This record gives sequence, structure tokens and C-alpha cells, in this order.
Amino acid sequence: MLLYILKRVLSAISVVFVALVASFALFFLAPTDPAGVICGNRCTPERVADIRSSLGLDEPPAEQITGYIKGIFAGRDFTNGGTVQHCDAPCLGYSYSLGQPVTKLLAQAVPVTISVVIGAAVVYLFLGALLGTMAAQRRGSPSDKLLMGSAITINSIPYFVFALLVALYVTVLPHPQYTSFLSNPIAWAGGLVAAWLTLGVTNTASYTRYARASMIESLGQDFVRTARSKGISERRVVYRHGLRAALTPLATIFGIDLAGQLTGALFTESIFGLPGLGVLTLRAFNQYDLPVLMGCVLLGAVVLVVMNLVVDIVYTFLDPRVRLG
Amino acid sequence: MTEPLLRLDNVAMHFRTKGDGFLARRNQTVQAVDGVDLTLAAGETLGLVGESGCGKSTTARLITRLLEPTAGRILVEGDDIAHLDERRLRPYRKEIQLIFQDPYSSLNPRHTVGAIVGTALRTHNLVEKGGELRRVQELLELVGLNPEHYKRYPHEFSGGQRQRIGIARALAARPKIIVADEPVSALDVSIQAQVMNLLESLRSELGIAFVFIAHDLGVVRHFCDRIAVMYLGRVVEEGPRDGLYDAPQHPYTQALLSAVPDVGVVRGVPPRQRIRLAGDPPSPIDPPSGCRFRTRCWKAQDICATQDPALIERAPAQQVACHFAAPPAASLVAEAV
Repeated sequence: MLLYILKRVLSAISVVFVALVASFALFFLAPTDPAGVICGNRCTPERVADIRSSLGLDEPPAEQITGYIKGIFAGRDFTNGGTVQHCDAPCLGYSYSLGQPVTKLLAQAVPVTISVVIGAAVVYLFLGALLGTMAAQRRGSPSDKLLMGSAITINSIPYFVFALLVALYVTVLPHPQYTSFLSNPIAWAGGLVAAWLTLGVTNTASYTRYARASMIESLGQDFVRTARSKGISERRVVYRHGLRAALTPLATIFGIDLAGQLTGALFTESIFGLPGLGVLTLRAFNQYDLPVLMGCVLLGAVVLVVMNLVVDIVYTFLDPRVRLG
Repeated sequence: MTEPLLRLDNVAMHFRTKGDGFLARRNQTVQAVDGVDLTLAAGETLGLVGESGCGKSTTARLITRLLEPTAGRILVEGDDIAHLDERRLRPYRKEIQLIFQDPYSSLNPRHTVGAIVGTALRTHNLVEKGGELRRVQELLELVGLNPEHYKRYPHEFSGGQRQRIGIARALAARPKIIVADEPVSALDVSIQAQVMNLLESLRSELGIAFVFIAHDLGVVRHFCDRIAVMYLGRVVEEGPRDGLYDAPQHPYTQALLSAVPDVGVVRGVPPRQRIRLAGDPPSPIDPPSGCRFRTRCWKAQDICATQDPALIERAPAQQVACHFAAPPAASLVAEAV
């Protein structure tokens, strides 16, 4: 197991490295000149050259990327109009538009996104599995049809419309805002409830459907019949034998979904005014703020790789037949 | 007369199906089991034979109450369990255990052998705290498995071993009745013999009554005291083993017995008379009127279409449902059986 994890971490590092080089090539070598964008319309060629040299854009691409990677591990210095600025070890450069270190911007945004996404995940994973199981048990009954009907209805509404409706009309919820968990846990939870419910409910709809399909299959298995014949209670038959088998496919989808959401729950964050990764990425994109964008891409790659590893390890707990290696 | 250990009284299981017409959707009823009477005494072994789709497995699931019958009574030592709810059924679940046909899919791949065998012990409070592991190991040893393997998962065992796990699991509840639904048909022939020998020794040592479902008549003759032959959801003939094999009275039983492969031919023994049935069994959705076997029976007359023959005792303890019941002129049983 430990050896396996080590192997996976090594391969993860290579994946992240490839993602890094590829996005570097795409962004930094693109035809648009970041210096020109920063400088604006009325800009003298001298000024552009000045900015280019301060950003290191006048160096050859290979040197730029080694400088970038060196910055991540050892930190680097930026010279700006004669003054030298030192950027500490995990250095991802400075934001063009805000002038702040990218690491600092990420460090502010990540807790917001994690709070939103994990809180919602608790809601939809729990509710989805529960409702899906209930629907599977009552397959074909009016309550099953009602559940599936509402799930499909919710899934059919575009997410941003749903989120907007909640933001505009569900006014009983506390005003959405982000407070650090460490400074005030109650305000933290209160400010996020709306986002949790919105993201949670839409995903509950899909997870109910996944869980139902998966449960119908596992409840039809012969070993479930064996369990019934033992005389154990129906609840234990359904949850210990049925649901456990149904969780494996759910874990796969959940891993992918969670990784996607952790790189930024864009609509949720922007509609509820929560300064998370999605909002940060979008702003960087609009302002051609390449270092920030690079940082987000890099973080996204790391999250995806880590989530895949976690899912694979979770499999071994859900299904003892799975061997890692 | 004292009440037998198990008695099925006119039990029926009708499944409703949705017809496949789009506009004129007709709900149909599959009469999988239709009016079955059976009895099983303590320690006795009853064989249940018949071709595919005749309701053998449905009967097994009714006896174990994995299905709720649509009519009739299922009496365990005189108590009707036909319509008990899950909670009140639990004590009877302990008494009647099922061995499944497929040892691959019937064991939960996510549970260890110890958990599979031990659940019944815990559910029915059969061991005091701490004694569970020892009892599990005893059971594994009893069925010829290594008792140290309780931590393994089903996929680490072979088919024959997995069936032994299934048997250990059934034995864990200390049942009075074991319903074995074709317990060896999914196994290789060499393994079949091993598992049959295991069942045989368990029966004689533990005195458990068996309902043994099979379509291999040789295995049934070897193992069972009494045999019931089913056709299209009904019992057509039922009697003690020797009487039924030597003098089968129902045409269907005769046809079944004559279909057993005849090894004597190889050694030059003249082939016995063989009865070939034409066609497939009729659909249980719309069974023939009167006698259900009449559409394939060479003895059928007009009366068979109008009057349903009752199960009547024709020879000592041997009941036959046929208007023209009679033993065959020559023995139908192949000598190797």
C-alpha cells in the first residue's frame, strides 16, 4: 500500500509537470503580449520594453520556464525599475493586475472554495445516497416517481438560473458572505448556508439518480437474497449489503465531481459573492493576468491528480477484491 | 396424525406481469406455482424434480419465505408462516435455511467468510459474546474448509469451496430444514460428488430435513427418501423413492425417467423403451384446461381437457395426478442410475 502510494505520487508529479509545461507554453508563448495588455492603449515602445524586462518576458522561453519552476522550489527575485523584490519559496510570480504574490491570492481563495464545496458535498452525498436508496426500495411506487420527477426537473434547470433563483427569492437564509472558519465558525456556516443548499440540492438530484440506479442493480444481486434468507433486518440488508456494493460507482463519479468543483465552483461563488478560486480564475482570465491563471491551472492539476489517488484508495475499502498495484 | 415439520397446503404463487402492448396493455398472470401440497417430516429428505420453469425454485423461495405466496398455507410445525411480516418471520428464518444454486453470486464479495457465516450467529443470538469466531471456525471445519481461512473473501476460493461456505452459512443458524436449490448444478462433476458427500454426511450426522431440488434424477435417487415431480406449477406425482423409480405411474414421470442417459447400451445391453415428449411445456401464463400435461401426453383423452385430475393415492404412499395412471410395462430406469 505504502509503496503503491509512493509510486502514484511519483507519477502524479510527472503529470503535474506536463500540465505545467503545457500551460506555460500555451499562455506565455501566445501571440498576445502581456506587456502590451498591462500597459494599455497609449503606450510607448520604451514603456513596453520596460515592462517586458521587469516580467522577464524578454528572456528565451526555456529560461522563463526554468525560472518559473525554480521559483516554486527555491523562490526567485524580480527586478522592477531598479528595485529588487524577493519572492519566497513556493513562488508563482506576481499578479499583473493586483501586484500581489499569486500564492497569497490562492491562499485567500482556496479556503473559500473548499468551504463551499465540502459543505455542499456533505449535503448531496448524504442526501443523494439516502434518497436514491429509498427510491430504489420503492421502485415504481408513487414516491419513487415523485422523487425521480423532481430530480429530473431540478437537473433540467440550468445551474446558474437555479442559483440565481435561490439567491433572489430564498431570503430567509442568512446573507451569503465568507468569514474565516477560524475567526468565527458560526458566521462561517451562516454565510455559506445558501451556497451549500444551492450546490447541494442540484447535485443531490443527480446523485439520487445515480444512487437509485446503482442500488436497483445491487439489490437484485444474489448475495442480497442470501442476506435476506439469513433473517437479518431489512435495513441491514439494504444498507450493509446493498448500499455498500452500490457505493463503488458513486465514489468514481464523486471523485471526478469533487475535483471539478474544487478547482472553482464558478457560478456558486460569483452569484453568492464568495471570493473563491472560480472567481479568481475568471478575473485573471478577463484581465489577462497570466501568473494567476498559471497558478490556478497548476492547483487544478494537483487537485485532480490527488482526487484520483484518493478515489483509488477508497475503492480498496469499498471492495476487497480491488488490489492496488 | 401429528403435524409434520413442514407442510405446504395448496400453495400458489402467481406473478403479475405487464403486457408489452403499447396501447392495449394487458396485465397477465404467470402461475409459477399453482396449488402445491407437500409435506416434510423431521430428518426426511424430499426430492423436488421437474424441467426448467416448472416452479421448483419458486417453491424453494416460498418455503424459505423469500416470496410471499398469493394463496395457501405454509405450515412450520403447525404455524402458518405464509403471510408473516419480517419481524415475526425471524424465528422461522432460523429454522429454514437455503443453499443457493450459484456459489459465485450468492456470497457477498465485500464480506469476509467469517462475516458471512457469523452474521446468522449474531442475528439469532446463537453464541455468547466472544464465542462467534470459535463457532465460525467449527462450522468451516465441519464443511471441510480450513478454519484459519475465516478472514478471506469469497473470491479467493474455488467454486466447490464457495459452495461449502454457502453450506456452512446455512448450517450456522442450526436449522431444522435446509432447502437446497440445485446445490451442485453449477459445479464441476468431480466437485459435485464431493459436495453431495458432504451434504449426505451432514444429513446423517445432524439429522436435518432436506428439500432437495435438482434435475439430475441420478443424484436425487441417491440422496432422497421421497420424491415429488413437478410439471407447470403442479405436483403431478409424489411418493417414496423406490416406488416412484420402479413403478412411476404418471406419464410425465415415466418420460423423465426414460430420459436418463443409458450407460448399459455401451456394454451391449438392449436399449430400453424411451419416451420422447413432443414440443415445449405450455406457457404458465395460459396453462391448458383440465390436466396440464395433456398437450404432450400420449395417453390423453377427452376427459383430460375437461377434468383436472386430483392427486390420488395409487400405490402405498404414492400419489398421482392422472386419469390414466398406471405403472409401465417394463422398467424405465437405466441400470446405471
